[in-house]
Amino acid sequence: MSPALVVFLVIGTIAVASSILVVAMRNPVHSALFLLLTFLCVAILFVMKGAEFVGAVQVLVYAGGIMVLFLFVVMLINVRHLPDERVLSNFWKGGLLVGLAVFLLFFTMVRPGVFHDPVASDQALRTTYTYRHRKVHQPDGTVVRKLIRRGKVVGNSEAVGMALYTDYLVPFEVASLFLLVAMIGAIVIGKRELSAIEEENIPAYMLERSETEHEVKEAMSA
Amino acid sequence: MPEPLMRYLIWPLVKFLVAFLIVQVIVAAMNYIERRLLGLMQARLGPNRVGNEVFEKITPRSLHRFIPGGLLQIIADPIKFILKEDIVPSSSEKVAYFLGPMLPLIPAFLVFCLIPYGPPPTFVVTHVNVGLLLILALTSTGVYGIILGGWASNNKYSLMGGLRSAAQMVSYEVPFGLSIVGVLMLCGSFDLVRIINYQADHIWNLFPQLIAAFIFLVAMNAENNRTPFDLPEAESELVAGYHTEYSAMKFAFFMLAEYSSMIVNCCLMVSLFFGGWTLAINGYGLTTGVLRGWGLAGGILGAVIFISKVMLFMLMYIWFRATFPRFRFDQLMDLGWKWMIPLALANIAVTAVVVLLGLQFNFQGEVVLSIAGAAIIAFTLFLLLRPRAKVIHARRVSEA
Repeated sequence: MSPALVVFLVIGTIAVASSILVVAMRNPVHSALFLLLTFLCVAILFVMKGAEFVGAVQVLVYAGGIMVLFLFVVMLINVRHLPDERVLSNFWKGGLLVGLAVFLLFFTMVRPGVFHDPVASDQALRTTYTYRHRKVHQPDGTVVRKLIRRGKVVGNSEAVGMALYTDYLVPFEVASLFLLVAMIGAIVIGKRELSAIEEENIPAYMLERSETEHEVKEAMSA
Repeated sequence: MPEPLMRYLIWPLVKFLVAFLIVQVIVAAMNYIERRLLGLMQARLGPNRVGNEVFEKITPRSLHRFIPGGLLQIIADPIKFILKEDIVPSSSEKVAYFLGPMLPLIPAFLVFCLIPYGPPPTFVVTHVNVGLLLILALTSTGVYGIILGGWASNNKYSLMGGLRSAAQMVSYEVPFGLSIVGVLMLCGSFDLVRIINYQADHIWNLFPQLIAAFIFLVAMNAENNRTPFDLPEAESELVAGYHTEYSAMKFAFFMLAEYSSMIVNCCLMVSLFFGGWTLAINGYGLTTGVLRGWGLAGGILGAVIFISKVMLFMLMYIWFRATFPRFRFDQLMDLGWKWMIPLALANIAVTAVVVLLGLQFNFQGEVVLSIAGAAIIAFTLFLLLRPRAKVIHARRVSEA
């Protein structure tokens, strides 16, 4: 057993175990912490596959940004301990079926070669493709211009960047548009509630303060 | 000893420990330096007694007036932290309460093996081609300690401090990351060694990326919760914020993580905008190649240059603390979201356009950007130093 395989097995076990604990824990903060551990383990698995860019972004975005917001909300609600309920709900049979179906789907989708060698660095993760028109000599003597795809092995960050901005530009832009729409929606909802509060009543001390500020400004300009 | 084991485990570990020890000595000394400097700036003395007698006994009389007072405060403070009573609030969430001070230490210490201290390969612990990204990722997890500590203390001031720090650090991480993008576009790499070599061969990124450097400086102050952005621990509103309920060594752990991440941010600032261990422009001067040619002596010289630059920025932190009053929370959020982020985005757009035009029409983009940066500096200096009408202060009523 190679050392890399040992690391894979250990990290993979921790990732699976902590992701189960995320749903099993009764304290929301503890669940959030186990989710953080899962993210970190998955990031290590990404790095082991040779996708160090994706691994670092995984930590930066999920562990550094999204989980902080999760914890923020959990702390605001301040639920110390959820009531103890049965671990399995009434729908566990249906859930098990769906879970098995998804597992089989992934199982058939993952190529056997990659699946059996968890450590092998996947060339596709660090290859960029360029397209060039080249003259190709046909067997019958004619010369035809053809579009030729050339792969070049580079770092993972270059590969991800090139893939996002060439082959997958349209899906990438559509996804960013969706995110923009979601963001604007959140801002609109937040704004409306804020203005409703403002219309109700402005605290007296705020009015006083703005008056004094006005007076100070007048005095300064005079 | 098999060769890969030496190369990938033993040597990096030894280098990391040496770098770690040096950094921790700096952290311990920073506490004393900060208190003395604050004293100087606020026209008072600061700690000036501890250890004076010891030094007077072991040094000749003629040297006495050159030894700064209170030097042994550096040792006295840690001893005090270790010996103090460790109080655990009875209603605290025990696991999170203990994790709070420990968690931020892990990323804060781990980052030190990703920073290049001098010319490679001797003075670089691990050479990662996405080093910068990994450093950002690790430092972004430092906020957990503060949030957990604030929440687990079961104290409303601690909770408020934790919430504030979560909001602040998430908001300022955006301009912090965006300000680096311009540098990445100029240098074309996440590798700090390559970024530093690029600067030695062209020009310090400070000039072509002046606005980015400014945003980075402000955002790194906010990331470390330092004055004027120290709202998570604003003593006039929140007692001591997230570490109100922490005493003894647990409190010291919070301080240790804070000062360590301050040094990390200064290292990033120096590597990204001030040429790291090199002192060169356009390939002339102390470049990596020149330093390497001098062997170990050149390496040590490079490391000394690097640490001196880092210390300058550490002093800047203290200078800021003594100079600026604290922000109000809404002002803090306004500054982050309405000024810093749009400014960083504009900087990215301008840099991208200039770099692309440079590639298309075959000129060096950083020269154009440097001229723009120099113009901004000149204009600012002009605004500051131009001759103005003399301000005649109104005399007091009693004098009139």
